[in-house]
This record gives sequence, structure tokens and C-alpha cells, in this order.
Amino acid sequence: MEDFIRVENVCFQYDENEESNSYALNNINLSIARGEFVAIVGHNGSGKSTLSKHFNSIYLPTLGDVIIDGMNTKEDDHIFEIRKKVGLVLQNPDNQIVAGVVEEDVAFGCENLGFPPEEIRKRVDDALRAVGMYEYRTHSPDKLSGGQKQRVAIAGIIAMKPECIVLDEPTAMLDPQGRDEVINTVIQLNKEMGITIILITHYMEEAVLADRVIVMDSGGILTDGTPCEVFSKVELLKKHRLNVPQATELIYRLKSCGYDLPECVLNEEECVQAIAALIKG
Amino acid sequence: MVRDITLGQYMPGKSVIHRMDARAKIILLLMLLVFIFVCRNFISLATISLFSLIIILMTGISLVKYLKSLKFILVIIIFTGILNLFYGSGDIIWQWQFLKITWGGVNNAIFTIIRISVMMMIGSVLTYTTSPTDLTDGLERIMKPLGLLHVRVHEIAMMMTIALRFIPVLLEETDKIMNAQKARGADMENGNIFRRVKALVPVLIPLLISAFRRAGDLAMAMECRCYNGGKGRTRMKIMSLSIIDIFAVIVSFLIFGAVIYSNLVYPAVI
Repeated sequence: MEDFIRVENVCFQYDENEESNSYALNNINLSIARGEFVAIVGHNGSGKSTLSKHFNSIYLPTLGDVIIDGMNTKEDDHIFEIRKKVGLVLQNPDNQIVAGVVEEDVAFGCENLGFPPEEIRKRVDDALRAVGMYEYRTHSPDKLSGGQKQRVAIAGIIAMKPECIVLDEPTAMLDPQGRDEVINTVIQLNKEMGITIILITHYMEEAVLADRVIVMDSGGILTDGTPCEVFSKVELLKKHRLNVPQATELIYRLKSCGYDLPECVLNEEECVQAIAALIKG
Repeated sequence: MVRDITLGQYMPGKSVIHRMDARAKIILLLMLLVFIFVCRNFISLATISLFSLIIILMTGISLVKYLKSLKFILVIIIFTGILNLFYGSGDIIWQWQFLKITWGGVNNAIFTIIRISVMMMIGSVLTYTTSPTDLTDGLERIMKPLGLLHVRVHEIAMMMTIALRFIPVLLEETDKIMNAQKARGADMENGNIFRRVKALVPVLIPLLISAFRRAGDLAMAMECRCYNGGKGRTRMKIMSLSIIDIFAVIVSFLIFGAVIYSNLVYPAVI
């Protein structure tokens, strides 16, 4: 499959004048295909947020290149083309809503791109339907719950018809219900509209839902693979103070005690079935 | 507690005044305010007050709400009323040393009180019947010609939009910070005015820092959505003048004409 995003030897330093070699990102190489659902995990300061801001030229690499659909993020001419293709949703939903009415906010991106009013109207309505917030279109964002606000923020990006959405810890400030709302919306966008999703998170339960998990640690990529591959490396993850989903860990411990259990267990249901099968013999 | 403050005090409704185009509404109400001061005699003042009253009744919002808006400037009304009482000429009604009340003074006082009250209520008509978004949108479009004078109309309107959007967010934040400081033993309700002002410092500093952080985030979010200033920007909502607006313009100008006419025909009392 063709690479939609290519990250080549990227290093990034926040303060370029600084003498020390403290890089927030350290020689990252990565390629993401169109339509993939990738989760990037890692604890605070691992560089996952910094990396996410490289995908639509908010940050430019100090060394190396980021290529989006054949366009280098360093070239100024492509900057709006790239931001149209790759949308970024931030952690705090309050801080990314610009207008005082839901539909006006969703329209903001399209208005910036200079589409005719009828086209904007249609895109806004479609985007609000896609995230299930159409009934709230004339509401004020202050009256919405965290999960609803975050879905409005996602709609604001979808209205620009991007090919890829990068979500930087979109659920960190939400309650469990809001988290489910947002994650379900994201999965739906990936499956139904074929939008490439890059989900930055520190909840392993969310990472499990992706097609591919990338684990970052101190500015580098620790491991990269399907959820099964990644979470079977329990020792490696533990060494870097990262959690694995509880179900996976339980199975891992039982296996290390000599029980015969399957390799790939990612959620509670699979765990229950595996143990039930073991007990039944 | 802080959260209860609502800005703009927009009251949703479906009245003719609500449905008017924001631009027409802003311009006509501003002209109406000017014409309140053009009145030179009671006939013209009565004309414009009656017209204002009809507008107020047409909004479908209870008169009590409008009278409440007067409460805030009650002191000013009384003060200017009393002051005007002593300024004026004509037959003296009452005198005490250098203070004297004349018929002219009584005229002036009544005139001023009516003027200020009507002015305030007309101002409320605008904020009660126009949503903050429509208000800023309308202002942006009205001020557009100023762009020729290098006034950055779009930027000003954007600032107003963002300010309106973030007022409730920051109020909520203030509430949270105050509670957090109280939980640590900060005393904000007792002591003299200086103590209380000083007690606000630990609230304002975190609030300011958080506002800057939010601004940074918002700027990034706006960049992500291809914001590039007003250049090449279109709008989803098109404002269009309807038959209501044209009708409103005609009626208003007839009233304004009547005011000028009665000013010319009848003797001025102020």
C-alpha cells in the first residue's frame, strides 16, 4: 500500500539555540498507509504529542523530513493543502472551539478555506450528522458535556473533509461516558469513511482498538506492530513503566505460571473465554 | 455563583424584531438613539417615546424585563434629574439661598429622565433580541467599509467572537480557582477592601496564566483549521434584508421625519 505519511529521520528540538543535545524526538522513522487506524502510546514526555504536531506542519522537524501525501511539511506553499488533508484535534475541547454556536464553529474551517455558503452548509450538516451532534447545531458549546464538545471539535475537522485525523489525547479530560462517545465516533469515521486515524493516547484500552500500535519512549519508537504483537511484549513494556491492558497482563502471568493459554488476549471478554476454555479443559 | 452572570442577556424569541436583520436593527436602533436627543419639545419626544414603546411591545418580552434594565442606571437617572431641576430659567417655584427650582428646570428634568430611560430600554431591545453571534456578525458587516481606512475590521470582529466565547469558560475557571484557594484556607469574604483586593491576587495570577495557555491552544487549533486572517474567507450564513427590514426602515424614517417636523413647527422647550 502507498504511504500516506512518511516520517524520515526526524529529530526535533524545542529550543534550537540550546547547546545541549536534548531532543524531544530522536531519529524517528515511520510510515503510515492510507486508511490505517494507528494508536500512539507512551507516557508523559515520551514525545508522542510532539510527534503528532509534526503531521500538519504545526511543528517543523529540526532534522529530517515529514512527507504528507508527497508534500514536505517544510514547504510553505503546501501548508494549507497539508492542513486540509490532516486535521488535528487537541486534548482540551474548550480551547479549540472558536465560535459561540455549535454550527458556526464547525463552519470555521470551511469558511477559512473560502468555500461558497451552500457548500459550507452542506458540509457542516454532514459533519454534525457523522458525529451525532446534528440536533445540537444551534446550541452554545458551554452547555454541552465534555464528550459532546470533543465531538463538535472533531466535526469541525471533518467538515474540511480531511484524509487523516490526528487526535492528541482527545479523551484525557473526559469522563468514561464521554470517552466512549469519542472513541466510537473515531472508529466509525475510520471504518465507514475510510479516514486515516492517528490516535495519541495513554489509555491502553483505547490503543487495543487500533489496527496498529506504536509505543514511544523518550523521543524514540520503542516498538511498533499490531496490538497483539505489541502487548505480548509485556516484559519490555513493564521495563519502560508502561501498562498493558489488565486482561493481557492476567493471561501473561497465568502463562508464565505454566498454564496453556492463547497468545493474543486484548480485552476482558477474550480473557474470560480463554480462562473458561482452560478450566473446561 | 460567578457563573450566573449572562452576558448580552439575549432572550430567544420569534418576534418580528428578533427576525430582523442584525445590520438593519443595529443601524435603525442607533439612529433612534440619536433622534431621542434631536427632540426639542414634548410633542417630538412623545412621538419617539411612543414609537419606542411600540417596538418594545413588539419584541414580546415582558415589560418588567425592560424596567429591570433601568434599575442599573436608577442612580444616574435620579442624579441627572435632580441636577437638571436646578438648572434652567423661567418662573421661580421654590428658592433657598442660591438654589432655585424653575419651571424651565422642571421641564429639563422630565425631559432628561424620559430621554435616558427610553435610551436605555432601546439599548436593551438590541441586546435582548439579537444573539451575540448575530451582533458581532452584523457589526463586522456594517464596519466593513472602514477596511478602506485600514481599520482591521475582521480582526476586531474575531476578537469579539472569541471574547464572547470565552467569557463563560473563564468565569467557570475563576469559580474553580476561588474554590481551590478557599480550600487552602484563603479568606476572600472578610476584612476591609484592601485585604479583599489583596486576597484576589492568588486568584487572578492562575487565571491569567491559564488564559494565556488557552490562547496558545486556541491559536494552534485555529491554525489547524487553516485560519489565515480575513483574506479569502467566506461565511456560511448570508445576511439578507427581508421585507420586514425594508418595512422597518420606511416606518423608522417616517417617525424620524415626524420628529424633525414637529421640532420645526412647535416651539422648543429645551
